[in-house]
Amino acid sequence: MIGTAILQRRDRVRGRPLLYTSYAADQAILNTPAKRWWTAVLMIVVLALPFLLSRDLTSLMMTVFIYAIGGIGLNLVTGYAGQVSLGHAFFMGLGAYTAAVLGGAETDRVLGFGLDMAIWLPMAGIVPALVGLAVAPLAARVRGLYLAILTLGLVFIGEHVFKEARPITGGAGVGRSPAEPVLFGMDLHGTYHAFGYILPRDAMLYFVCLLIFVVLAVAARNLARSKLGRAFSAVRDRDIAAAVMGVPLQRTKTLAFAISSFYAGIAGALLVVVIGQMTPANWDLFLSIQFLAVILIGGIATISGSIMGAAFVVLMPRLVSELAGSVPFISTAPGSGFLTVFHVQTMLFGALIVLFLVLEPRGLYGLWVRVRNYWKAWPFSY
Amino acid sequence: MAELISSGLVRGLGIGSTYALLAVGFVIIYRATSVVNFAQPALMILGAYFTSVFISSAGLPFAVAVVAAMLVMAAIGLATERIALRPMVGRPPFAAAMVTVGVFITLYVVAHRLIGSRVRAIRDPWGLEPVDLLGVTVAQIDLAKIVISLTAIAVVGLFLARSRLGLAMRATSLDQEVALAQGVNVGRMFGLAWAISGALAALAGALIGTVAGGFEASLALVALKALPVIIIGGLDSIKGAVIAGLFVGVAEALTRTYQPRYADWLGANFDVAVPYVIMIVVLMIRPYGLFGTREVERV
Repeated sequence: MIGTAILQRRDRVRGRPLLYTSYAADQAILNTPAKRWWTAVLMIVVLALPFLLSRDLTSLMMTVFIYAIGGIGLNLVTGYAGQVSLGHAFFMGLGAYTAAVLGGAETDRVLGFGLDMAIWLPMAGIVPALVGLAVAPLAARVRGLYLAILTLGLVFIGEHVFKEARPITGGAGVGRSPAEPVLFGMDLHGTYHAFGYILPRDAMLYFVCLLIFVVLAVAARNLARSKLGRAFSAVRDRDIAAAVMGVPLQRTKTLAFAISSFYAGIAGALLVVVIGQMTPANWDLFLSIQFLAVILIGGIATISGSIMGAAFVVLMPRLVSELAGSVPFISTAPGSGFLTVFHVQTMLFGALIVLFLVLEPRGLYGLWVRVRNYWKAWPFSY
Repeated sequence: MAELISSGLVRGLGIGSTYALLAVGFVIIYRATSVVNFAQPALMILGAYFTSVFISSAGLPFAVAVVAAMLVMAAIGLATERIALRPMVGRPPFAAAMVTVGVFITLYVVAHRLIGSRVRAIRDPWGLEPVDLLGVTVAQIDLAKIVISLTAIAVVGLFLARSRLGLAMRATSLDQEVALAQGVNVGRMFGLAWAISGALAALAGALIGTVAGGFEASLALVALKALPVIIIGGLDSIKGAVIAGLFVGVAEALTRTYQPRYADWLGANFDVAVPYVIMIVVLMIRPYGLFGTREVERV
């Protein structure tokens, strides 16, 4: 990425920011000055957030990053490669439990090796990726909606296995404590001093989550514009045509599943660290649907869309509960009023999936493109 | 032997026939619009809710209440198609299926709101009464489920095979444009498919909702078992849906009866996972299900 950015500086023609004189400049991730500026501003804001926000809002932001990682993973397999997967929750659970076993504390009830985060985090991605590799040959045999329901089966079978594997998961209704976020001997939950300042509690965990998220997002973006990424799109658009052109179908679909499962595993492992205890029943169909909502609301086959979708899906419930006091028919206490906050949150969620698919299939990303194009051409209509 | 028949076969066929009912609803919508309707579980639980309301609040007899609930759900199905699905005509089936996921969540919340945290009961005329069938004691409700479900499916089958409207529906599922050219109102056929499917879901809900001790909103998730059923039978085959539904029901009931005794290592409540395990095995052998039509692939 840095290489292309430098290349671009040399190739740029003065006063013509949108004129590209090389393929690399055209394909660069940040190919316009506006994108470069806004990315820099956004990074500064995001880095400052733990100092400005209260602790619960900081952890909400961490959840956004984690949902974005999971959403990017799902977008790779469903958005880019066109293989609808309802099994994302299963792979997330797998990652979470791999991490918990490797990095968690041992009790008389559950296994735990108490290893460092530098070991459990990669493993939390690799183990689901291997399982994804094992499932993919079956998944590559079936297409479209058959595949969606097959992956739905994974969630139900996985939930059953999670409930029964008590030494690993703690069993149904009980759960277990997650992996300890200790990176290279440093407890990320702790309070630290840096440059004479006291960092807020959990700020280190926030920065590590942010770093992992940025690395994985850039990796996914690079993957999408590589040979493999183009193979994904070819398989999505017409798999037989792709095969005719020499794209190995089986291999491409398998890789899509494995990479997506890797992202899901990482997201699952980090999610439990931020949220705390999770029971086997948490890795259910509704979690999968939530991630589908991330990519459907955010934008199919866009990385920035997945990030917007994650922010939307995570922050929207919070926004609704903040607004609940000022809207008459929503009650905050269960049992009174016409609808509780929880009802509104969930319903809004379903309604928004429908609305976006019907009105703007490109999601939030599409909305952004519309706004951008309007101002690009302003004051003319096109 | 008596146990095999009463708690294995008969109960399995009973629950399996309700799966078949739900699966036929899925297949009818799939054939008409190439959409898998993930909202079916929500339609089912709302059907169960309306049945219980018509019985307990309006005081209607069971049969009348069920028919009324079926009409209400047919109307809701029709409205859903018109509002959420009609704009999706011509768009990829994946997108349309995701719309039904959104509809499912919305209607599921509505069901939660209506049913609340208390359990609701459907006062069906059979209750827990047993009946003597060829020397074996079986539950009346199981026989009622089998008879009512299979009758309803037969009526739908006859409607599709013999009536003019059924012919139009079959024409639509074969080729929408050609059907349109022959004067079939294709949009109305889509609506009709959703209405029939909603009514079947309501009937299935009324039958499944008769569980001892009443039902809660989470009972809707039972209807998700119709998804492996339609995959096993093939997405576009009514015959497949019925056979696979009965098969899955029996397999589930047999697992519930015998698995704790003979294969305890599989864990408690393994019967919940059985339909999905069967589905995966079937898909490994036949990627389009047992009776599904193989898609013709062209470049």
